[in-house]
Amino acid sequence: MGVDVDLTVIWAFIIAFAVFAYVVMDGFDLGIGVLFPTFEPGQERDQAMNSIAPVWDGNETWLVLGGGGLFAAFPLAYAIILPATYPLVIAMLLGLVFRGVAFEFRWRDKAHERFWDFSFTAGSFVAAMAQGMILGALLQGIEVQDRAYAGSWWDWLTPYTLLTGFGTVVGYALLGATWLIWKLEGKAQAHARQLAKHAAIGTLALMGAVSAYNLALDPEYAARWLSAPEIYLTAWVPLVTLGLAVLLLRSLGGEGQSLPFWLSIALFLLGMAGLGLTIWPNVVPPDVSIWDAAAPQRSQAFMLVGVAITMPLILAYTAWAYWVFRGKVGTEGYH
Amino acid sequence: MFENADALMLARIQFAFTVSFHFIFPAFSIGLASYLAVLEGLWLKTGKQVYQDLFKYWLKIFAIAFAMGVVSGIVMSYQFGTNWSVFSDKAGPVIGPLMAYEVLTAFFLEAGFLGVMLFGMNRVGKGLHFTATLMVAVGTFISAFWILSVNSWMQTPVGFIEGANGQYLPEASWFEIVFNPSFPYRLVHTVIAAYLTTAFVVGGVGAWHLLKDSANRHARKMFSMAMWMAALVAPVQIFAGDMHGLNTLEHQPAKVMAMEGHYESHPDGAPLYLFGIPNDEEQRLDYAFGIPKLSSLILKHELDAPLDGLDTIADEDQPPVFPVFWAFRVMVGIGFLMLGIGAWSLLARLRGRLYDWRWLHRAAIAMGPSGFVAVIAGWITTEVGRQPWTIYGVLRTADSASPLDAPAVATSLIAFVIVYFAVFGVGTWYILRLMSQSPHTGEKGVKRTEKGPVRTAGITPGPTQNPGRDPDALPAGKEEATDGR
Repeated sequence: MGVDVDLTVIWAFIIAFAVFAYVVMDGFDLGIGVLFPTFEPGQERDQAMNSIAPVWDGNETWLVLGGGGLFAAFPLAYAIILPATYPLVIAMLLGLVFRGVAFEFRWRDKAHERFWDFSFTAGSFVAAMAQGMILGALLQGIEVQDRAYAGSWWDWLTPYTLLTGFGTVVGYALLGATWLIWKLEGKAQAHARQLAKHAAIGTLALMGAVSAYNLALDPEYAARWLSAPEIYLTAWVPLVTLGLAVLLLRSLGGEGQSLPFWLSIALFLLGMAGLGLTIWPNVVPPDVSIWDAAAPQRSQAFMLVGVAITMPLILAYTAWAYWVFRGKVGTEGYH
Repeated sequence: MFENADALMLARIQFAFTVSFHFIFPAFSIGLASYLAVLEGLWLKTGKQVYQDLFKYWLKIFAIAFAMGVVSGIVMSYQFGTNWSVFSDKAGPVIGPLMAYEVLTAFFLEAGFLGVMLFGMNRVGKGLHFTATLMVAVGTFISAFWILSVNSWMQTPVGFIEGANGQYLPEASWFEIVFNPSFPYRLVHTVIAAYLTTAFVVGGVGAWHLLKDSANRHARKMFSMAMWMAALVAPVQIFAGDMHGLNTLEHQPAKVMAMEGHYESHPDGAPLYLFGIPNDEEQRLDYAFGIPKLSSLILKHELDAPLDGLDTIADEDQPPVFPVFWAFRVMVGIGFLMLGIGAWSLLARLRGRLYDWRWLHRAAIAMGPSGFVAVIAGWITTEVGRQPWTIYGVLRTADSASPLDAPAVATSLIAFVIVYFAVFGVGTWYILRLMSQSPHTGEKGVKRTEKGPVRTAGITPGPTQNPGRDPDALPAGKEEATDGR
């Protein structure tokens, strides 16, 4: 039994890692998409897009790992969450279609470059918003009966999910703007820094709002954050977040090149830790725990072998691909 | 109950539509990735400019096809959950790990090295760049390996037991599940199909440019390479397809009955029907025209061998015959046309007329898209032929779908149809436009440098200014948005 429990917990952390990797890596891609119209057509936009063109596909693959991993390790959760958030998932997928093809199409058709720029932005916004709302729909709880979603097909649309949706859009914009601070120079960089300041304040405000709303959502959530003894285990999250917020705002005021980006990632990590602590050990609140949803041990063990072998390689060659395209994007074109 | 049946049919149409559209891109990119690896390898080995030019020519096309394959593929990986949640819950413990392996061993590999392959030529050494191209090519193959294993398990499920909660749980070794009975045949048949599809696209493009200028040595090289592929691989594919068919006869006889249009059993030799209108209502093949006993000869290697018909299969377990019967004929017909083109090209080579036999070039152009038609027809044959099951003999399609209302599925289906035709239609147009450009010395490849005068002082140094956009891009003055279409 002990082995069972361990594998399921390990898999919960692997999925959480995949989701986190997706959120920060495609997060900055989508954030750049959302901010794209504020950059001047021509060189600024070309540079912004070139800064992610070689890596966006790899970044998006983490979404497939998150989904595929959930399917494999927690098939019941996959089978409940996706029908429950059906319109959001479809909207996200179509948004990703428009976003993804824009990377190629805008260079292939000069006459319609502006149209594909719009497609890039609209697709990024819809995908980001839908992802945030899926998260919200999960956190607010999903009605389940007989191993299936039992709610109506509008349950996902509430003020809370709209809040988590906007929070995600603004948070991604923060990641995108801080990435661009790192990769751009001169006037474009100054513009990115300005955007990042607004996005940072927006992100912090919306994180606060979502956290407060969470406490009102479910008394069990509130108990976890506000009453002893749980508070001794959880209080570090808001405290460290506050510290990070101060560091982030200070680095944005200064000349930091890559630091704002790393601090924004840390902020997202804290946000995810907070959400994880809120719903643990459920994978589909309020009723389905990770153990209820877990695939049999044989399936989890088989995949764990694959993860153990491939994940270090994946991280290594992904890091290498980033290294190849290191540095400011403006100083050298891609040939 | 009736509205559920509606939602089920809509979900089936949506899956068929999205997977058919999706498969067009990997059918092309699996072969094209390997072709690019061959071109770059030949370039590194021989140092000949023509290989580098062809590499860069096809790389631009690959970039677009791959992007469309990625975005339409993500839809597939989520659609199991959105629309087939009962199937996902039940089959997840068995096929979920295989799909996870696809992500871990293939998708990351392709995506991780794609950026370097497309944009990294001047940032890494030649050897490292070639490695990146190879990794992308290997990745496309590994991806095919796992997803075809999943599909094959759904066709010929083995090595599982049904758990108390209704899930199918892995019982035998994973090796037995991965290498389920139909998998080796399906893998070989599908991967060769992808290579042939690409070969005929490359051949069609080469032929197009040869018609315009039979001295174009880039067009000559690509046409020659493609025709070698057609001549050598089309016969292998027909043999592989035959083996796959025999395997299907052993494991999914009802599918073969539908492919053959055999409503009736034939105790002493079954005919091979060349034409007929399947009539499921009356359980007979109308207007049938066939060659006596040939089906028994092909399937059993004996003229008088008895073959069972659909009259031995309960009505509720029969696949719809019409789509299976005709899709199979389309696929086989194209296969033999491919064989014919390959033979014709050998004849042309013998006579020294490979590059100026205009009718051969016209035929090759007409056959350019034939691989796509054949692979889609092949998938219709095998997927519709598996009906009424999602997991053959284990889980019915009717019992697999998500608890969604018909309006929800109808809305998403309409959205997919509009978006796919618009977006992938435009993408295909861009690909055709690139193909219409004559391959030439000093191809640019995927270039992403800023064009025109420096607008912001001092950011981009002069030397990197490069008219790197497409040669066919409109003049710089015409940058105004003409969007909204």
